[in-house]
Amino acid sequence: MTDTAPRELPLQELDEVIIRFAGDSGDGMQLTGDQFTSISAALGNDLATLPEFPAEIRAPQGTLAGVSAFQVRISDFAITTPGDAPTVLVVMNPAALKAQLHNLVQGGAIIVNTDAFTERNIEKAGYKSNPLDDGTLDNYRNYPVPMGQITRDAVAEHGVKPRDAERSKNFFALGLISWMYTRPVEPTMEFINTKFRGKELVIKANEAAFKAGYNFGETAEIFEAHYEIKPAPLASGEYTNVNGNTALAWGLVAAGVLARLPTFLGSYPITPASDILHELSTMKNFGVRTFQAEDEIAAAASAVGAAFGGALAFTTTSGPGLALKGETLGLAVSLELPMVIVDVQRGGPSTGLPTKPEQADLLMAMYGRHSESPMPIVAAKSPSHCFDAAIEACRIALKYRTPVMLLSDNSLANSSEPWLLPDVDSLPDIGVDFQTEFNGTNEDGDGIYLPYLRDEETLARPWAIPGTPGLMHRVGGIEKEDGSGNISYDPENHQKMVNVRQAKVDGIDVPDVEVMGDQDADFCFLSWGSTWGAVDAATARLQKAGHKVAYVHLVHLNPFPSNLGEVLGKFKKVLCPEMNAGQLDKLVRAKYLIDVQGAHKMNGVPYTTAEIEAAALETLRV
Amino acid sequence: MTDTSTRTGPADWATDQEVRWCPGCGDYSILTAMRMLMPELDVDREKTVFVSGIGCAARFPYYMNTYGMHGIHGRAPAIASGLAMARPDLDIWVIGGDGDMLSIGGNHLIHALRRNVNLKVLMFNNMIYGLTKGQFSPTSETGKVTKSSPMGSLDHPFNPISIALGAEATFVARTHDMDRKHMMETFRRAHEHKGASFVEVFQNCNVFNDGAWEGITKKQNRDANLIQLHHGQPIKFGAEGEFGVIIDNGSAKVVSVSDVAESSLLVHDENKEDPSTAFMLSRLARGPFEPTPVGIFRAVERTEYAASATQQLAVAQDQKGPGDLAAILRSRGTWTV
Repeated sequence: MTDTAPRELPLQELDEVIIRFAGDSGDGMQLTGDQFTSISAALGNDLATLPEFPAEIRAPQGTLAGVSAFQVRISDFAITTPGDAPTVLVVMNPAALKAQLHNLVQGGAIIVNTDAFTERNIEKAGYKSNPLDDGTLDNYRNYPVPMGQITRDAVAEHGVKPRDAERSKNFFALGLISWMYTRPVEPTMEFINTKFRGKELVIKANEAAFKAGYNFGETAEIFEAHYEIKPAPLASGEYTNVNGNTALAWGLVAAGVLARLPTFLGSYPITPASDILHELSTMKNFGVRTFQAEDEIAAAASAVGAAFGGALAFTTTSGPGLALKGETLGLAVSLELPMVIVDVQRGGPSTGLPTKPEQADLLMAMYGRHSESPMPIVAAKSPSHCFDAAIEACRIALKYRTPVMLLSDNSLANSSEPWLLPDVDSLPDIGVDFQTEFNGTNEDGDGIYLPYLRDEETLARPWAIPGTPGLMHRVGGIEKEDGSGNISYDPENHQKMVNVRQAKVDGIDVPDVEVMGDQDADFCFLSWGSTWGAVDAATARLQKAGHKVAYVHLVHLNPFPSNLGEVLGKFKKVLCPEMNAGQLDKLVRAKYLIDVQGAHKMNGVPYTTAEIEAAALETLRV
Repeated sequence: MTDTSTRTGPADWATDQEVRWCPGCGDYSILTAMRMLMPELDVDREKTVFVSGIGCAARFPYYMNTYGMHGIHGRAPAIASGLAMARPDLDIWVIGGDGDMLSIGGNHLIHALRRNVNLKVLMFNNMIYGLTKGQFSPTSETGKVTKSSPMGSLDHPFNPISIALGAEATFVARTHDMDRKHMMETFRRAHEHKGASFVEVFQNCNVFNDGAWEGITKKQNRDANLIQLHHGQPIKFGAEGEFGVIIDNGSAKVVSVSDVAESSLLVHDENKEDPSTAFMLSRLARGPFEPTPVGIFRAVERTEYAASATQQLAVAQDQKGPGDLAAILRSRGTWTV
């Protein structure tokens, strides 16, 4: 800092920027990224985020295993993905540089905290020499900043100890980036004061660090320009920034309100689904009863019990937990009680990659129970869509008296996007009536209750809950006689019940799929779940490059929309990109005998737009 | 139910379903005791639910004219916990056998007990797997020869009362299928208890483990080996009350009353907060051939789980007001375009 007077730097306009903050898990990178996202959202940019954190809570400091990153893309146009590769990388230590440099686009900017590049840290990260001066960064624009030192100097006057001062350096980085992209100061000052209320020293230190970062950009003569990204032309209305787990939790609670039913969640902590349990646990004023069970099985079983009692019941988990719940879900299918099972998919098998996404539980959701045990499946396509998907899963569960599988994944769970808030009054009424009267007569002409007498249209059975006089009845996992629900081992009855359980799921009212993009294209993507964003973006890019491309995205995976076979049959080529080894393509091929081609990726990183685009180009060439 | 016109009799609590246990099974007398007890309790059939897992005992709900669920193996305490949380107004009984509740469902049992969920858990203990045709169970004695253990079982058995006390269940009792009056009285006390009640019922499987409890429950053996626990009274048994129980060096021990001062006999206190003495009593017999206590081991008060959960909902409503969907969607901050 040779000069403390503000300089006049050129202000350049950009249409987008993709910034990745990376540091040690203790460096506060998630907080930094979140706050930058919030300020940008308020400025009206469209945005999408991709947090990345290690499975270990506190991996050894300075190691590759402990690197935590947060990618945010902000733009002046509508986007559906957090971007393929960052154009700006903010790194707080050598390990973060080592772990993240390969992500950065060639020629991209690196803003690096030089203070952390001590011999010991450099060695810990696995570098043989200091990457800041050995040519490692030659192909990038390198901005070395002694963040630790400047932060310490800036907070010293407030009486903060040097060791504590270090903790504020993420706010220095945030201040610097806020200056670079002309974000206002005030919202972050407010955020600091709210977040650290009651901790005066911390507030002062973080404020000072943030301002030091902001001023450093302005005064240090190392930056050539700063940038502006204009608001995106988003639909007008009120927005919030939401991630998938939060939206999903809100959707479940909303479903309870829309169904006028008490809600119950039985859950066992598992990454990356635990945040849904956390969120619902804070919403007890909605009458949500949350039960942290002793294991995954008890979590599902308690939901079955609550559903029998007349609650709108949920259980939330990830792959390994879903495997454990399998038998209980078979019971739920047999009892024909409404409940929703949420699977936030992660990499597997076994513990696999607990903090990385995969879409490889689709076939387990479809078939992962003993015997013929059909279950409807709904899958969310974006973080905010988790809200709608949760309500839709509950609607089907209630209307058809069936357990419903709701699939999310780790990238939806933790990524966030702006969400145009729905008008609460316009949300659908998904309420159903409990059975309160007899629905049959016995040989003597007396009224009786037949728990398995079905609605002719939906094939749903009546739902009479304990406490209803006269309708006492028993249900169980043993095969039930059609109508009476009494135990029956009769061969013809079992055949009939197997058929009717399947027919009920097959007959669920699922909206038709829409063809997006070029209606007259020969080539069509088929997608489900979180790949929607990259497929949508790749379609736009391919169209821009002169290709005729369409896509069909599935929210309902069981049953399929009734027009799916007809729609896909019109295309010469159908490409199905999935984060698995080929699951939806199998289902579609088996059902419609359509030659769906698969594109597969299972490295724990979401599909990039470029990868989808490349897969499409290859398919188009063949 | 004070209105006599609505008063029910045992037949009103029976379903039209044919009872399908083997003739001579101990489960029949337990079912009869239950059907006879229910009209005496101040409960409605529609507010009563029987939940079970899998096994012979688990067929019980089909025979009670109440709401009921025949669940899956071992999971009845978990299913019932969810039901109790969703519906604290219900009267919920959980029925299972020793395999169901101590083997595949052991985890759910201890957690339901420690949480003190308002459930009445009856475990019919016949020390054998019946429905799968005669394998050793978690309560079978070591060395038990069965189809799956032709050279004798290697497993050390569980003591169900010790397990329940170890889980700090607030109500722990034992009864047996040869004494309907005792069963009814024990079930009545379990019903009166607020929180989780655990009752072990010695039950005879006349097909695969006939006479397993005879050393205790047969009429001619009762004087020598059946100890009736009575709250507030010294623990004595025998035809003339000639035997008693003392605590000696940290263990319960059977003595001849004539050998010790009457005042040194253990006075049974079912309300004792510390479960240690009850635990010692549960360790008195090593098997069904030694003096064995029946009755109520422990009955203490502790906050009931579902009531506490309901209380939290009320507190949350007081603090935050009733749930407002539009407000929650805006709780993370919003901006307008």
